[in-house]
Amino acid sequence: MKGNIELIKNGKRLDGRLAGDLRDIKIKTNVVKNAQGSAYIEWGNNKIIAAVHGPSEALPRHTANPNKAVVKCRYMMAPFSSSEEHGRSGMNRRAIEISKVTGEVFENVILRDQFPGTEINLYIEVLQSDGGTRAAGITCAAVALAASGIPMRDLPYSVSAGKVGDTVILDLNKIEDNYSDADMPVAILPRNNEIVLLQMDGSLTTKQYSDAMELIIESGKKISAIQRTALLEPYVASENKNKG
Amino acid sequence: MQMITKEYLTGRLSKGLRDDNRTPFSYRTISIRTNEIPNAEGSAIVELGNTKVLAGIKLDVSEPMRDTPEDGNITTSAELLPMADENYDIGPPTPIGVEFARVVDRGIRAAGILDTSKLFIEEGKVWSVFIDLYVLNNDGNIFDAGTLAAMAALKTCRMPKYENGLVIRETQERLTTNNIVTSCTFVKVPGAKIIDPTSNEEELADARITIANDFDVIRAMQKGMSGAFTTKEVNELIETTFDKSKELVNILKKNTGD
Repeated sequence: MKGNIELIKNGKRLDGRLAGDLRDIKIKTNVVKNAQGSAYIEWGNNKIIAAVHGPSEALPRHTANPNKAVVKCRYMMAPFSSSEEHGRSGMNRRAIEISKVTGEVFENVILRDQFPGTEINLYIEVLQSDGGTRAAGITCAAVALAASGIPMRDLPYSVSAGKVGDTVILDLNKIEDNYSDADMPVAILPRNNEIVLLQMDGSLTTKQYSDAMELIIESGKKISAIQRTALLEPYVASENKNKG
Repeated sequence: MQMITKEYLTGRLSKGLRDDNRTPFSYRTISIRTNEIPNAEGSAIVELGNTKVLAGIKLDVSEPMRDTPEDGNITTSAELLPMADENYDIGPPTPIGVEFARVVDRGIRAAGILDTSKLFIEEGKVWSVFIDLYVLNNDGNIFDAGTLAAMAALKTCRMPKYENGLVIRETQERLTTNNIVTSCTFVKVPGAKIIDPTSNEEELADARITIANDFDVIRAMQKGMSGAFTTKEVNELIETTFDKSKELVNILKKNTGD
């Protein structure tokens, strides 16, 4: 293990979770009224808003694709979002990379050929971060997109797995991320378990990689269910109101 | 790419044949020349077919990062020179340039090529290692060429001295490196998965994956482009990487006097 913090004690992690446990996840839709669709996620201590604008005419014009919509994604962390010092405002290199790979996830799932010449803007704003923000951001953005009514071929979810010593763990928080021996954020299309985002650094054997992927896919059932419940919630609420 | 080229290439790829008659999992000819820029502490030019990447390394004395006061710094940046590809533009780093630099950086960091604790000088002073990747010509797969170039430049890099507040760059000492990391990049084109894609092949592809390893340990991975991979495909490509990386390591060793 890197560093000298004991991340796992008697089989339990610092926050009491077992190796394969997710943090608590709560999602609420339609939190930004001006957006076409939006969602807010609390994933452990992460607090993230995702909002979708569009499809609208792609501008500047040269960015347009005459055959399909272009997805413009911006992931950004608020300068006050971490428990450490004030971050710099705006996009750093990490944010540029995360925006790119996140955009690619949604290019895959959105039925883009239904909206030629347009752009779909996807904004992911991290208000508070505690490790795993790109995964939480993707999970939240998927719900925002679905809430916007933009057609998709599946509802992706994302979560990371990693390694502490020789133990493969799911859903690393900030401190685990800092001292872990591997971190692997993955986004999956649950219908056929296609991998649409995969990043990793640290060290993993083939066996550990497979174990990590298994934890991710197993936990996906729970994450997908939370996403679907959040999407249904406003309709269930209004139906109950009508009944009452 | 012209439509006729596109159709021709797609037709051949679906039969497992490539534009330059390579098999799906073979690399183009690789050449590595080190110390091409003697003013830099370390440098290497890697040619992967027509792809050409130069890595230059400088070491400077600087302040440590606040959260790692006893470690030196590693900074990897990339320039996709506008001369190298008609699709590269002048201006600030593009997402693909940033991704390229960060993927190379992660492989080197995760494999522990440099022991940052050995880059400590005195309280408040550490060495910063700047790895700059210059893409001089792009014919696809800058990722593997960049990792090879950075690795070759690091392995042949001089270690400056810091004496009485001065940096002495003309030394005989070498920067200490541990391990060797290489990466293998694959793309998924209609009907096939291939290693070391050319620009044309990248244009036909809808998904890309880069896997960095040393021996049988995976050190970094990055999926790119909007296409998807199945878990089975990724497992196969990891195995192929473990196999193909032996060739890359041999070429690196031969050209860096190891």
